[in-house]
Amino acid sequence: MNVAVYIIIGVVVVLLIIFLAIYNGLVRRRNQVKNSWAQIDVQLKRRYDLIPNLVETAKGYMKHERETLEAVTNARNLAQQLSSAGAGERAKAEGELSSVLSRLLAVVENYPDLKANQNFLALQEELASTENKISFSRQFYNDSVLKYNNQTQMFPSNIVASMTGFKASEFFEVTLAAEREAPKVSFT
Amino acid sequence: MGALLILIGYFLGLYFFDSAIVGLVIAILVWAVLSLIGYFQSDSILLRMSRAKKIKRDDHPRLYNVVEEMKIASGLEKMPDIYIIDDPALNAFATGRDPKRASVAITSGLLQKLNRDELQGVIAHEISHVKNRDVLLMSMCSILLGTIVILAWYGSRIMIFGSMTGSRRSSSSGGGGQAQIIILVVSLVFMILAPIMAQLIYFAISRKREYLADASAALYTRYPEGLASALKKLGTSTGQLKSANKATAPMYIVNPFRKKGMKASDLSSTHPPISERIRILRAMAGASFNDYDQAYSKVHGGKGVMPAASIAAGTVPLATVKLEGGAGEPNEIQRARETSDVMWRLSNYNTITCDCGAKLRVPPKFKEPVIKCPHCGRTHQV
Repeated sequence: MNVAVYIIIGVVVVLLIIFLAIYNGLVRRRNQVKNSWAQIDVQLKRRYDLIPNLVETAKGYMKHERETLEAVTNARNLAQQLSSAGAGERAKAEGELSSVLSRLLAVVENYPDLKANQNFLALQEELASTENKISFSRQFYNDSVLKYNNQTQMFPSNIVASMTGFKASEFFEVTLAAEREAPKVSFT
Repeated sequence: MGALLILIGYFLGLYFFDSAIVGLVIAILVWAVLSLIGYFQSDSILLRMSRAKKIKRDDHPRLYNVVEEMKIASGLEKMPDIYIIDDPALNAFATGRDPKRASVAITSGLLQKLNRDELQGVIAHEISHVKNRDVLLMSMCSILLGTIVILAWYGSRIMIFGSMTGSRRSSSSGGGGQAQIIILVVSLVFMILAPIMAQLIYFAISRKREYLADASAALYTRYPEGLASALKKLGTSTGQLKSANKATAPMYIVNPFRKKGMKASDLSSTHPPISERIRILRAMAGASFNDYDQAYSKVHGGKGVMPAASIAAGTVPLATVKLEGGAGEPNEIQRARETSDVMWRLSNYNTITCDCGAKLRVPPKFKEPVIKCPHCGRTHQV
């Protein structure tokens, strides 16, 4: 009689410990997802700040590229407006911005004076690096989302997840025109 | 290796104190003291020994950016400190006992030689040493190795000289004497073999961690070719790093003591041969650990090298197109100038660029208010 009670208590305690461990694991993963989303946001904001400076510096040299420069400015403003929108819509605007930017940086090759400008070179390095940081933080975010989603959907953690209201997260997919096809840069 | 340490303590105790426990206690005490010193001091000792100079963002924005990119890709919580070692040899290392206080160091020679993608690969390799906690693992292993070597060295010397000067123990009783001699011989053989065995184990661990760091670097950058072509440049140079020594060797990206044409299956090296690392990286079909494992078995034959738990099924696509391309990237001469500017500045020299194109390096002790350009004769304010 007594033995049975002890066994039941023991099983309940073990189950409780397992439950708590899984719960904490889920919380950790969810926080990592949130954290890495914030990382992307930091880099995207940095890009909004860099672009006006770059356009301003390039304007004096690139008389014949008014359209490209305007396209960059417009895409930047649109992306900034959509920065509070959902992940899907935002990703589209940011992807557009990335592709006009890479077009601009490809055109720069035709302007040797601009390429000799120290200020511009520093800005270009910053912008190129910010582009990299955006794609690396996106990569890390997507990895975190994958791990988190796996945990919310796989047995046995999915039981804990559905009981305590953990929902799967959305991936940050950017389909860049520039990523699908290699940019054609001519060095003539 | 831990077992080797315990055995050595056991024999030492048995021989000197007639009690294995005392020997064990001594061995573990020596190890604990060395470990504590190593745990709290190893990174600052290493950086000081290599005479590395810490840089800030403005000193070298590109290097800083590349490190930050890899910090983001690896999900490291804190930005590591960046150091430059003023040495024409090509090498880099990472240090720091936990990911929160990590440092990355790179020689000025390597900084000049590598383009952005290659630099990214090297930094990714170093950051993954931090992320995988290899620095802590390897320093603990090397301390264990050091303890074994010290104990075996002193133990065997004392035993040899002790037995030559008419040992006091073996004469005490007839039957006991024979047992003493057996213990003496076994202990002596063990004292000689233990350091060698420990060293081999240590090298094997080190090489395994190098493969893991290469795989992680490919995963972070999604571009194994960057690291592969950096390794190629590293492999063709034979300049040895002046400030490296045996204890710090496993921290570097390539073995600082390597000689030309080292054999492929070298058991006595902290690093796998460079040519093999390049072949594996170039054979990768994707960027995941799984892809690295497959590439390893393809190049090496037999089983893979990655720890089974870390292999998730499936592959991760490689980055095929680099967004910014080669546009605006400095070439090797520009990089060399840039790096030497940084090194002069880090030694507190003031650089003045004259209108004629000459660069004047003004030493920190220069007291005059103006300086004349030796090339064209213009005067400059200091």
